[in-house]
Amino acid sequence: METVKKIQEGDVRTASRLIRRIEDGVLEARSTIKKLFPLTGNAHIVGITGPPGAGKSTLVDGIVTQLRQKQKKVGVLAVDPTSPFTGGAILGDRVRMQKHAEDEGVFVRSLATRCALGGLAKAVGDAIHIMDVMGKEVILVETVGTGQQEVDIINHSHTVLVVLIPGMGDEIQAIKAGIMEIADIFVINKADRDGGSKLYRELVSLLDMAPASAFASGWRPPIVKVENSFVPESFNNSVAELTQKIEEHHQHLLASELMVSRERRKAAVELSEAIRNTVYEPIMDKLITEGTIDAMVEELMAKTSDPYSLAERIAQRFLKS
Amino acid sequence: MGNTETQGYSKEERVKMAKRTLRVMVAKPGLDGHDRGARVLARCFRDAGFEVIYTGCHQTPEQIAAAAVQEDVDLVGLSCLSGAHRYLFPAVVTALKERKAEDICVIGGGIIPEQDFKMLYDSGIKEIFTPGATLDGIVEWVRKNVMVRE
Repeated sequence: METVKKIQEGDVRTASRLIRRIEDGVLEARSTIKKLFPLTGNAHIVGITGPPGAGKSTLVDGIVTQLRQKQKKVGVLAVDPTSPFTGGAILGDRVRMQKHAEDEGVFVRSLATRCALGGLAKAVGDAIHIMDVMGKEVILVETVGTGQQEVDIINHSHTVLVVLIPGMGDEIQAIKAGIMEIADIFVINKADRDGGSKLYRELVSLLDMAPASAFASGWRPPIVKVENSFVPESFNNSVAELTQKIEEHHQHLLASELMVSRERRKAAVELSEAIRNTVYEPIMDKLITEGTIDAMVEELMAKTSDPYSLAERIAQRFLKS
Repeated sequence: MGNTETQGYSKEERVKMAKRTLRVMVAKPGLDGHDRGARVLARCFRDAGFEVIYTGCHQTPEQIAAAAVQEDVDLVGLSCLSGAHRYLFPAVVTALKERKAEDICVIGGGIIPEQDFKMLYDSGIKEIFTPGATLDGIVEWVRKNVMVRE
């Protein structure tokens, strides 16, 4: 109970420690999340995604500055990739955000993917809950640099920013399927570079070609151009405009049915992740420790059985209904 | 308290299931932009399987301490080549203490004359690595001396 109270009071040490224990899969930490869960649901969760080097961290830093001018309490979760070979990770998003380090209204926490696919870390859902209970009004979730398929961010956020940069050419073709569907706001970062206007026109035509049903709620994703961050004035103005759009989208969500449907989607995903954590993983751990998996792989190698029969054998053992 | 998931597992099993990963921060305090060493070290920690938070150059001791708490690291590695270590390193230890985070281990490296070692150790710096220290040696020291804190 002590932990819950400290988190409600916004204690960074307790919160960060709890996020760590969730990341590490410490089972006792889950009982704290159980107590926090009923207290969640107040924060506006904003996802920021886009290819590596698009400038996501710098943008997040700019958005935090804008939100702090409005006295909003902000949480940032920045995800960077884990090495599939060593399990190590370099979490470098903070480099762009260090000027907020001493601001008590900002809590920046880096997360390694720990090899989760989809552009996020497994602990991100619970980390959002923890920041929510801390009283953060806006939580910015920055994904790893994404390609085409890492769209998990939509399952954890209310508003999704897709950050693009000029000069990626054919990549625009490639993103049509994945990203066209998940962006609530498009950002053209480094828009003063060659190809900025071309990218803008391509995005407009992508949106023009979308079926009317795509914007049924009455929100057509705006496209915000952000110039080079080395020119502070124009950068700050564009980020102010972007922050304005983020707030407009939040108002739009609240005024329409959309907030409820996004919350429902988020709840369903969280449940399915929790089932995976509490049902699938313990069974797999047991099968691995007792040597069943190795034995079954031998059966497959010898062609004395097939994957489906073996999986059914496991299902018969563990499912009693 | 309904702690249902932990039922049916022995303590050993629970410890084993909890895959703890060491989190370390590599930081450069003060007005010193020579970050090659810090980056090499960050990369080396990554290859050792640690999660490395890199904060970049020109950090104040207070910024480093605040970031270390927000990131819940087990170790802060400071790099300083400018000669200001006598002020900056102890200042980080003090800033961590002010945040009730004195349990975070602080080590330092860089161009540090031997006659300063005692003063740094006395201020709470746990180990000092100077030119000639091997990457393997640093990782070995961390593995031996730094644990995931409960």
